[in-house]
Amino acid sequence: MEPIEINHLQKLIDQHANKDVYVHLETTNGAYASHFNQDAYNVGAFIRNAKVSYQRGKVVGAGTTYRVGLKLDIGWIYAEGVNQYEVDENNKLLMAGHDREGRLMVALQISETPFNY
Amino acid sequence: MSEHVVVIYPHPDDEAFGASGTITTFREQGIPVTYLCGTLGEMGRNMGNPTFATRETLPEIRKSELIKACEVMDVELEMLGYRDKTLEFESTEEVADHIFTYLDKIKPSLVITHYPGHAVHPDHDAFGAAAIRAVEKFPVDQRPVVWAQAISRTHVEEIGEPDIQKDVGSVFHKKFETIMAHKSQADGMLAKMKQEEEDMEEAAKQWLGVESFYTWKF
Repeated sequence: MEPIEINHLQKLIDQHANKDVYVHLETTNGAYASHFNQDAYNVGAFIRNAKVSYQRGKVVGAGTTYRVGLKLDIGWIYAEGVNQYEVDENNKLLMAGHDREGRLMVALQISETPFNY
Repeated sequence: MSEHVVVIYPHPDDEAFGASGTITTFREQGIPVTYLCGTLGEMGRNMGNPTFATRETLPEIRKSELIKACEVMDVELEMLGYRDKTLEFESTEEVADHIFTYLDKIKPSLVITHYPGHAVHPDHDAFGAAAIRAVEKFPVDQRPVVWAQAISRTHVEEIGEPDIQKDVGSVFHKKFETIMAHKSQADGMLAKMKQEEEDMEEAAKQWLGVESFYTWKF
């Protein structure tokens, strides 16, 4: 994945607007967070292959952290903290944020074909 | 009954960190070992450091790391095809039946798995419970011994000292090689010890040089 180039990413997000797309959205601080640090609390959520259509998608931010919002007819999809992106060989748009040790903290992925189960 | 050890953990690398020293000791004695690995660790957070995996490429990367680790340990591998993080939401009975199909074929003398309720990760707890349930499907006089591994911080105060404690120092080189086969995961987990490799192996030995288990009481 590459550091986000905001104008390029915005174009990629625009390409998927107003189409049926599959979304993978995830955030996690890991299953061991409270094991390694008693003061920490495990949190995480993911949704894979949610089928939606967004009328407008926008990436906002600068430097090391970006937010992406997708406006749906009756709701929103939101991710904060993405800082890298790529279009993989299956034409899926992958966005993610990693910590300094390379661990994934947040991911938002958009594809016109389903993600592998 | 001839000796055959079956190791049942949910994630590629659980075997490396948890039991690869013990496994190596068995293989050195010529005892066959089969690893039933539940998932491909599809939802792992570690993407290498620096990152070289994505959420979408991670399953295939971890699959090849797992195959390599099993070659290092010289064990048979069966991948059971569940999805990381979802094992606790499956039917325990169905997973147990699935595991039993392998156990019934192999007729193991010993099963190594996680200690349900003391294994920290929900997949560990769920797969350990299903593995023990699977062993219970054998008639009492045909059941293999089960060694259950607890890793929770409170396990000693809650269930006492583990009765099986394996000092794997003499085979630690093999254990370290098995851990390093899981490159995408080892990068992050050994990040604390960013030194020369020899020092790193020594530091890992302090941390992972003893593998302990509880003999399960049915």
